[in-house]
Formats: sequence, C-alpha cells, structure tokens
Amino acid sequence: MKETLLSNCERDFLLQAIAEKKRLDGRQTYDYRKMKITFGTDYGCCFVDLGKTRVMAQVSCELVAPKESRPNEGIMFFNIELSPMASPTFEQGRQSELSVKLNRQLERCLRNSKCIDTESLCVVSGEKVWKIRVDVHVLNHDGNLMDVASIAAITALCHFRRPDVSIQGDEVTVVSPKEKWDERYPSSDHVFFLSFCRTYLLVDPCEREERVMDGLLMIAMNKHREICSIQSSGGIMLLKEQVMRCSKIASVKVSEITELLIKALENDKKARKEGGRCGFAESMPQERITALKFEETSVEMTDVAERASDVVQGAEAPPLMVPSPVVPVPGVGQVGLGLQNTWGLEEEDDDEEEEAEECANRGEEGEEKVTKMEVERHKKDASREGQFT
Amino acid sequence: MEVCGSPAVTLREFGCEQSLLSRPDGSASFIQGDTSVLAAAYGPAEVKVSKEIYDRATLDVLIQPKVGLPSVRERAQEQCVRETCEASLLLSLHPRSSLTLILQLIHDDGSILSCFLNAACMALMDAGLPMSFLFCGVTCAIDVDGQIITDPTAAQEKESRAVMTFAIDSKEHKVMMSSTKGSFSVNELQQCVAVSQKASEKIFQFYRDSVKRRYSKIL
Repeated sequence: MKETLLSNCERDFLLQAIAEKKRLDGRQTYDYRKMKITFGTDYGCCFVDLGKTRVMAQVSCELVAPKESRPNEGIMFFNIELSPMASPTFEQGRQSELSVKLNRQLERCLRNSKCIDTESLCVVSGEKVWKIRVDVHVLNHDGNLMDVASIAAITALCHFRRPDVSIQGDEVTVVSPKEKWDERYPSSDHVFFLSFCRTYLLVDPCEREERVMDGLLMIAMNKHREICSIQSSGGIMLLKEQVMRCSKIASVKVSEITELLIKALENDKKARKEGGRCGFAESMPQERITALKFEETSVEMTDVAERASDVVQGAEAPPLMVPSPVVPVPGVGQVGLGLQNTWGLEEEDDDEEEEAEECANRGEEGEEKVTKMEVERHKKDASREGQFT
Repeated sequence: MEVCGSPAVTLREFGCEQSLLSRPDGSASFIQGDTSVLAAAYGPAEVKVSKEIYDRATLDVLIQPKVGLPSVRERAQEQCVRETCEASLLLSLHPRSSLTLILQLIHDDGSILSCFLNAACMALMDAGLPMSFLFCGVTCAIDVDGQIITDPTAAQEKESRAVMTFAIDSKEHKVMMSSTKGSFSVNELQQCVAVSQKASEKIFQFYRDSVKRRYSKIL
C-alpha cells in the first residue's frame, strides 16, 4: 500500500514540540522507551519490545560445506524480514530500500565486529561447518527498527544452543541440543539510533518522529565502550562536539541495555532449570482484559459413533471401485479390461507402429482386448485401445 | 475401527490476546498448548488495480514461517485459510478494496493449521470486519491403534496414521474446509467430523468469553 502522507500541520506540530524539548509520548530527548525481552519455547527464539515496536528473532543452524576461501570458518547469515504485519507499507517479497539498509547495517555490525568467533563453528575443516542463520521478523513498526533488530539478533544468539557434534573417523553425528551449552558469548553489540531534526538531537525516535527527521546517526558500540560502527545518513552536517556527545550517550545506554539483556537471560535460564514451561504462551499477560486463557478441556464424545454411522448410512453408495493393478508379467501393469475401439477407423497407419505389425494385421478390432500399460512409452497409439502386445 | 468407548478426548489449554499490535487494524495471538500464532488484519484498504474486483473486496492471506522464506507448504496453508475466510467475510460490503491477513508462526507444536484458522478469526473480529458467521479450526489425528486424538501435539501427529483439520462454522456447525493427510476409512472420517463439531463448541464458547471479557468494562 502506498504510504499515507504526513500532513503539514502534523509535521509542524512535531517540529515545534521538539524545538521546545517536548516529545509526543512525554519522554525527554535522550530517553529510551521501555524495553522488554522475552524468550520463546525453543532455544534461540526471542522477542524484543521497545515501546510498541515488536520484533522476533530466531536462530537456527545446519551443517554445510564451508566457503572455499575460508575452509576453517563457519558461516553466519542474517536476514531481517520486514513482515507486512509491521506496517501497511511493507510488502511481501519486495526488497525495499529500508530493508536493504537494515540488512546491510546489521550484517556490518555483527559480522565485522567479530562478536562471534567463526572459527569455533568449524567441525571438520574444509568439509563441514556450522551455518548459523539469524532470522529477524519485524512484527510492529513504531520506529527505531535498527536498534530493536540488533538487540533481538544478539539476544537470540546468546540464547541459542548449538547441538553437540561427535566425530568418529569420517562419521559426524549430531546430538540433540538438550545438554550442551554453547560456550560463546558474543560481546554484546548494540546499535544505537539517534536521529536529528534540524539541529535537535533525539534518541530512539518513534515512527512519527522518524518521518519528520532530517538525518540519522547510528552508532554501534560494544560493552567495552568501543565503537564498532558509525553511520550517518540524511546529509545532515554534524559538528565534532555533537558526534562526541552522541557517543557518550551511546556508552551510557549500552551499559543499561547490556544489563537488561543479561538479567533476561538469567531469568530465562532459571525458569528453564526449574522445569517450568516457558515461551510465548507463558509470557502472555493474564491481567489484561484483552487476554484470556482456558484450561485443558475434554470434549464430550457420547453420541459421536452414532452420528458418524448415521451419516455414512445415509450417504450414497460409493462409486464403482476399480480393482488394484495386476502384474501379469514383470514390467507390465494391467488395470481393468479394455473397451472396444469406437473410432470406426480402418487400420491404415500401421507403419508408425514399430512392432506388432503382425497383430495389427490380425484385425482384432472385433475382439475385446486387454489394455496393458507398458513400460516402453514410445508408442503413439495410446488412444487406440486393444492393439498392443 | 471405531472410537473405543469414550476416551478422554481433550483440547489443550488455549489462550488468546487481542489488539496486541498497534499498527494493524486488528491483531490477535492464539495459543494452543505450545503452538502459538500471531495474526494481523488490515482492511478495508487501497487495492492494486491488478488485484481489484469490481463487486467484492480482495482477500490476501500471507503465512510467514519462522525460518526462511515462505514455500509451497505455506502457500497450501494460505489457500485453506483464505477459502475459509472468504466464505465467512461479507466481502461485497467493501468492493474494490483489499483485506490483508498476515499470520506469523511463532512456535509449531502440532495442530498448526487449526491454530492459524483460530488466530485468523480472532484477528478479523478484532479488526471489526463484518462476517456472516465465525469459524474455528479443529485438528484430529488417528493414531496407530485407531483412536481419535483431537488437538494433537507434534509428537502425536508424527506417530499417527492420519491427520485431519476441519474448519467449522459457528451458525450450523458444518464443515467449511477440510485438509487431510494420511489414510483413513469413510467411517473414521465421519467420526472425526463429528468429534470436531463437538470440539468446536468449546472453541466458540472461548471466543464468546474472550469478547465478553474484553468489553466487560464498557457493557
């Protein structure tokens, strides 16, 4: 669907409010929205909510042959899927500009920063390595997709457990991932989104604010306060002091987010150890009036058998059953009996028949012949029944 | 092979949350045991001229798997859901418009097609789209002993001889759509249909309770 235009009065209102240091939802200029991280039932699945923006990430792995240029390293594949659910403007299958930008940025952050040791993914050098695939699905777009997507990807990777592999000679056996804990712990990178409206700097813009912004500054930083990547787009000219200020804000936020991430992982680990059920089902809020849960119920089956047999008896008799194929000779299948040729044609074009000239000359039109399905299909006379040998 | 007496045919615990996403016109998540699905509905909205129908709305159903791109299996499931929705929605009220239904698989632990159908119905209700009746999905499996299991888990589905999903309407409890896999006799099919019709009553009661709870502060 085409994007609905932002009206001029809406735009003016937003810019005026930002000039007065007020934001639509009452936040301060450097405030983040409330972030929530929950995990799914299997390992490697996580949901991240930032205000109303919702994203789901899933990590999966498979054994593949490595790239020829790097036989000792595993493969990482990232994919951000802008689901049509997230916004009416997102279309299925279309590689929009935004999607390309997000994918590229995520790849740059996570691959080039070496937060995951790809050499540890190697199983048999040159033959089998792990290919880790991270799929991020955007469920609701309310601004700042890049941030949420990167946090979701990192959290899912932290949460994921790779199956154990045992190698005996040439055989590689994969054991189910119940016990093995994946040792790698990526040095949590976070992409941090700052947007500029004229000369005002806003952190974590919501969807409306993103529409009126002039430019964007994205800083990816890890928990050691090292900048992993920085990207400025929109053609806005930044002063050195502004960039320094942004990186200071980024370092503060990164430590907060890393803390939240670690706490969420620990809570999930504890819940799983206690044997409780975890996943999307459990994280559904019960107190809201828009949510409801029913316990396991049994279905009454008292008169099921009678109803069923009534229906069957009342139904018409089934159509004439065709007997199963009979095999008179190996390689030949026979179904039913052939019918008399009703074309009323003379047997003239027999030269096309490669074999069975003798049987054609026998003039068998009058007799009932058995239709045989032959393995050799080069006969063109499939329509003429009863003539094959 | 008959149903042995009245075995404990159960539906796993189910839950639903509506209006959980802010952008779509209607959204719902539906949970059956561990199987969970998120559905979002947009509409009536602008439609591409190539897809426009002069007297009805155009319904698009998109099923997104968790890993990878949608493949043939998703297309088959989309067709099942679309045909059910088209039968129940009053499409002629919105000519030359589009209705889009997006279903995101969150976790698959069996009975996935019926979970899609239930989530779809709740999302369409949440969006306020006019329907002539509601529908629900029920999955039955026939295991190797000939027993009928409703709402099977993935492990139960794998070991069963046949798996069938039926979409049942709320007015006359008739079958709107059926999707089956495996071999079974005519008798068994009719028994599964009858069981599904019984089970659907529970699901419709759940719909009613959900909506009543939702509007409890207003009514």
